[in-house]
Amino acid sequence: MTTFSTDDVKYFADFVRIGVSEEDKEIFSAKIADLIESVSNLKDVDVTGVEPMTHPIAMINVLREDQPKDILDREIMLASAEDQEDGSIKVPDIL
Amino acid sequence: MTLTSKTAVELQALLQNGEATVKEITEETLQVIEQTDKKINAFIHVATDEANARAEQLDQAAADTRGRLFGVPIGIKDNIVTLNMTTTCASKMLENFVPVYNATVMNKLEAAGAVNVGKLNMDEFAMGSTTETSYFGNTLNPWNTDYVPGGSSGGSAAAVAAGEVPLSLGSDTGGSVRQPAAFCGIVGMKPTYGRVSRFGLTAFASSLDQIGTLSRTVEDNALLLSVIAGEDDNDSSSSAKPVPDYTQALTGDIKGLKVAVPTAYLGEGVDEEVATAVKEALRVLESLGAVCEEVELPHIQYAPTTYYVISSSEAQSNLSRFDGLRYGYHTENAENLEQAYFRTRQEGFGEEVKKRIIFGTYAMSADHHEDLYVRAQKVRTLIAQDFNEVFEKYDVVIGPTAATTAFKLGETGGDQLVHYANDVLAVPANLTGRPALSVPCGFVNELPVGMQIMGKHFDEETLYKVAHAYEQATDFHKRTPSIQEGN
Repeated sequence: MTTFSTDDVKYFADFVRIGVSEEDKEIFSAKIADLIESVSNLKDVDVTGVEPMTHPIAMINVLREDQPKDILDREIMLASAEDQEDGSIKVPDIL
Repeated sequence: MTLTSKTAVELQALLQNGEATVKEITEETLQVIEQTDKKINAFIHVATDEANARAEQLDQAAADTRGRLFGVPIGIKDNIVTLNMTTTCASKMLENFVPVYNATVMNKLEAAGAVNVGKLNMDEFAMGSTTETSYFGNTLNPWNTDYVPGGSSGGSAAAVAAGEVPLSLGSDTGGSVRQPAAFCGIVGMKPTYGRVSRFGLTAFASSLDQIGTLSRTVEDNALLLSVIAGEDDNDSSSSAKPVPDYTQALTGDIKGLKVAVPTAYLGEGVDEEVATAVKEALRVLESLGAVCEEVELPHIQYAPTTYYVISSSEAQSNLSRFDGLRYGYHTENAENLEQAYFRTRQEGFGEEVKKRIIFGTYAMSADHHEDLYVRAQKVRTLIAQDFNEVFEKYDVVIGPTAATTAFKLGETGGDQLVHYANDVLAVPANLTGRPALSVPCGFVNELPVGMQIMGKHFDEETLYKVAHAYEQATDFHKRTPSIQEGN
């Protein structure tokens, strides 16, 4: 039986900046343990010498000149931000 | 017969002959949505003012400037960004988000003369198969409102099936266009990876995502894909291959077509009556000249877990952009920047989304990266090779779209075996980047069944040809849910 403890939930949630309540920890601990159990069948496959597939279609890099161009006005791009000042996004204290 | 029960092709003929105006079609569409959507909740946002203004503008346009979807109403899944129109991804995180640009598909629809009548409900960030994880309440199945419409593009499928719109766009990362199309008795196409630009589609799993098309007939679907497909400078994964006119492929001639039927597709976990309906459909194809044979796919049983590891890993990266600072939900309870991130994401995301992000982070972590993420990518290679071998001998692979008919609300599809069977049917098209289409092929207990046709990369034409030939030989697409008659 796979375990994924409440401490594990907190440990991995911290990396992706998701706050978790005590109740959340219990819920995710059980659900993610189930998931880890179910994906363990991948260990049964012999993948010796097999290349990983990162893209479903063989593609080559698409390159272009790095030329600046006008896209949108600063005001339009800032319109969705919760808080702004002097043309910049304002964030809470960082220290 | 009301205007809204007509197909896009029929509406075009009426407009061409001067028997209807865009304004009339738009107004009636909006009326039907107002009445019907109280019963099924397919729309998150109805764009009444924008649609009416657009209709007036189109009616005044010169006849020779009419595009291929001139005057046709369409609904858009709410994870495709629309300029100056909310795009929520059915999440509290984006409840009030108003994009400042259009997705490429929206610009193409606009150039073709389509009328966007609103944004459609879905599972939050497209993570789910029932539309029950939506922050805005679940959508109901038009055939029986005790049942789910499927998901994640549940709103897109329900709106079309209920006669609210003839066409809609969805997105398909692991069956999210095809499964709801099957549950709602309509046609749903997931094109080849790269066939349609993903610029402006909110990313879930970037190596699997693809925008797809939903409609009541194969011809309408072929028309819609012809309009939205093609290369895009803003999406370097979009294909430069020329886009054919898919409606030209609907010849009805499938003599000699080689059909592979994987044994796993009609095996354990698949409902017996669903399997019977698909076997009947195969007999119809044989009567039209197709040759059907059983095949084995040695690694198919690993497709669901391969998909789960890869999609969650890619999702945890893609969803890191939602920080509550530049746009979207913003917590009111933060004393510093760190708290702002943690609380915004705790309060803004729903449970399913958080579960997948945390699991994806586990799968991508230093201790598990090789064993889970990279291993899943290697198994993905083996699954793709299995399909490549089959497609060396066959033109299409056919099976059910889903293992069962629609689930009852709150029941998420029964036991693990059924879940597994559903994923075995749904996710290979995404893992391998292949096109796949669902077409109605029967009913079990008055709920629709879909047949899935998967094809060679960039061979959407053959899928449309086969689906159209089958559709013309059967009557399933002519049945409509009673909700369309106002019941």
